[in-house]
Amino acid sequence: MKVGLFIPCFIDQFYPQVGIACLELLEKHGCTVSYPLDQSCCGQPLANAGYEKKTTQICQDYVRRYQDVDYIVTPSGSCAHHVKHNYPRLVESADAQSAAERTYDIIDFLVDVLAMDHCDTNHPQRVGLHIGCHSLRGLRQAQSSEIVGEEFSRPRYLTSLIPGIEIVSLSRQDECCGFGGTFAVNHGELSARMGHDRLQDHIAAGAEAIISGDMSCLMHLQGLSKRKKIDMNFYHIAELLNGLPA
Amino acid sequence: MSTTVARDIEAYVRDEKRVDWHDESLWHIRSKRDRSTHGLPEWEQLRQTASQIKEHVISKLPDLLEEFERNATANGVKVHWARDAQEHNEIVVQILQSQQIDKVVKSKSMLTEECKLNHHLEKHAIQVVDTDLGERIVQLRDEEPSHIVLPAIHLKKEEIGELFHEHLGTDKGAADPKYLTEAARQHLRTKFLESTAAITGVNFAIAETGGVTICTNEGNADLGVNLARVQIHCMGIEKIIPRWTDLGIFTRLLGRSATGQSTTIYTSHYHKPRPGTEMHIILVDNGRSEHRKREDFRASLKCIRCGACINTCPVYRRAGGHSYGATIPGPIGSILNPTRKPEDHAELPFASSLCGSCTDVCPVKINIHEQLYLLRQDITETSVVPASKTRSFSFLARILTRPRLYRMAGSTARWATRNLPRWAIYHRSNAWGQYRDLPAAPQDSFREWYMKNRTS
Repeated sequence: MKVGLFIPCFIDQFYPQVGIACLELLEKHGCTVSYPLDQSCCGQPLANAGYEKKTTQICQDYVRRYQDVDYIVTPSGSCAHHVKHNYPRLVESADAQSAAERTYDIIDFLVDVLAMDHCDTNHPQRVGLHIGCHSLRGLRQAQSSEIVGEEFSRPRYLTSLIPGIEIVSLSRQDECCGFGGTFAVNHGELSARMGHDRLQDHIAAGAEAIISGDMSCLMHLQGLSKRKKIDMNFYHIAELLNGLPA
Repeated sequence: MSTTVARDIEAYVRDEKRVDWHDESLWHIRSKRDRSTHGLPEWEQLRQTASQIKEHVISKLPDLLEEFERNATANGVKVHWARDAQEHNEIVVQILQSQQIDKVVKSKSMLTEECKLNHHLEKHAIQVVDTDLGERIVQLRDEEPSHIVLPAIHLKKEEIGELFHEHLGTDKGAADPKYLTEAARQHLRTKFLESTAAITGVNFAIAETGGVTICTNEGNADLGVNLARVQIHCMGIEKIIPRWTDLGIFTRLLGRSATGQSTTIYTSHYHKPRPGTEMHIILVDNGRSEHRKREDFRASLKCIRCGACINTCPVYRRAGGHSYGATIPGPIGSILNPTRKPEDHAELPFASSLCGSCTDVCPVKINIHEQLYLLRQDITETSVVPASKTRSFSFLARILTRPRLYRMAGSTARWATRNLPRWAIYHRSNAWGQYRDLPAAPQDSFREWYMKNRTS
């Protein structure tokens, strides 16, 4: 199975360990992983700000870059959602449609394609699980609290595979953390307030770490907690599934 | 594009205690909504059915409106058509003046708020009294509702006590909700008795019967209408539903979505005037036909004004309704207002984290957050955006389409984060850093690690 790795810009620059964890996890599961060297960003920051039209080239580059792989896997639910949801409309071509369909967030890929059902590492810690809104309501990785229907959660399932881990119960299971891309800077005060409320919910629930499949939410929450000198760890779920470096 | 909304939101958020309280009040209603819907296995089927009915309505709107007019007219109702707010207001004044009526009671109607009817009536020396408790409160305060279902949700009981002390003569410092409600009830009773006309909004208008349905919790619409010799029902043209049998689907959705009630306390149906009285229905367009032509946004005309998207919105709960500077606040308002008046409300679609809770909670399945995203595109393409904003995003696009340039920018940023003193990094132009620290910048990017470890 040929997998092309897409490492979003902010993960490439600030969280290389998340990219490494994904690469190693995929390889452990027998995937042949390639990483095209000329990549940058999915274009969401521009599109989110209303400049979708300026991202046509970014979309086309993405589509071209991954033409020869079976799947495109990325450790960011939000970026995966942007590609899947908006690219086919932005670049109306069969190739764009195909790239969108072959793109997977690592969480979905591990569950739906690789059928991951055990994990050799362990992580004896109480964690709070944050599911980013685009993973939740965009990719439907879990049932949102608004919808009446059967409960399911891919991030929770994967987390529960990790020996020793305990997932705490939040009072507001899927409240937005307030990152929201350009929203975080255009409405900084409000975004920070939303983030602090989210942090408090995890702290009150006794979380020693906050984990997520969305590193952008974590970058925001981590930035807020560092500023307030709140002692909290932040991990991408893939990091824990792969095992943290000793 | 002005930044009034951003400023107002920031000011509201700074009052941390009030935000705590406002957020909790609204979340409480969202939780009630969850409890009342999660016990109903057919909930999603109801949403789907309602959504399909409303889609049908929007596509067949002209036919259904004519059917409604025919049937209402046959019932003895006088049907009026208003192209815009001005025409609507003039029709109301005309009806009242032709009967020499100078006092009218009104039960809650967001449409009359949209048309600024109260102001217009007062200009014509007609006294208008809003009879819902919340609406009366904001009317006495001379301000707009901050929510479409809970117009005075922004006020604490102490603030209402103070207002009632000033206007209704309640005891100073009294803030007991029961006491204050009783005072309002007595005050409103006199207004009901002295008015000879009643205005109401409309929740649903049924094409098949020519009747209108009004849902309230206080019974004030009924009291007003049944005491009056002239009743006027004002409605946006999208309020039509085709058949009488469709109604139950919507009433089941409305109460639960709005406040978590299985149904509103009063669901009143008006079909024809009582002997010796007049019944008028005003069908108002006011931008709806134009809105209907816009394919990406027409689904927002399905809205039944339940307020569920407002209650769940993490932005609204912390920003307060008045920060939106629009008649209808919250997620649905951030579509309805700028779609019709982009020049006044261009900022609203950007005041959202696009979390999508609004879409999942909407009883008629409007893709609210997707429309907000599309409206952002529409606004940057068609409205006046500061040149500096467009320039900086063009610059970003250049970097992101040139991988070498992107890598240089990235390693420079990481170097700066590692080596520069805090004051040089966290300066005014670093909007991210105003509230948050930057992540610790690693020596190697993922790509650099990959080059070192995975390529030979």
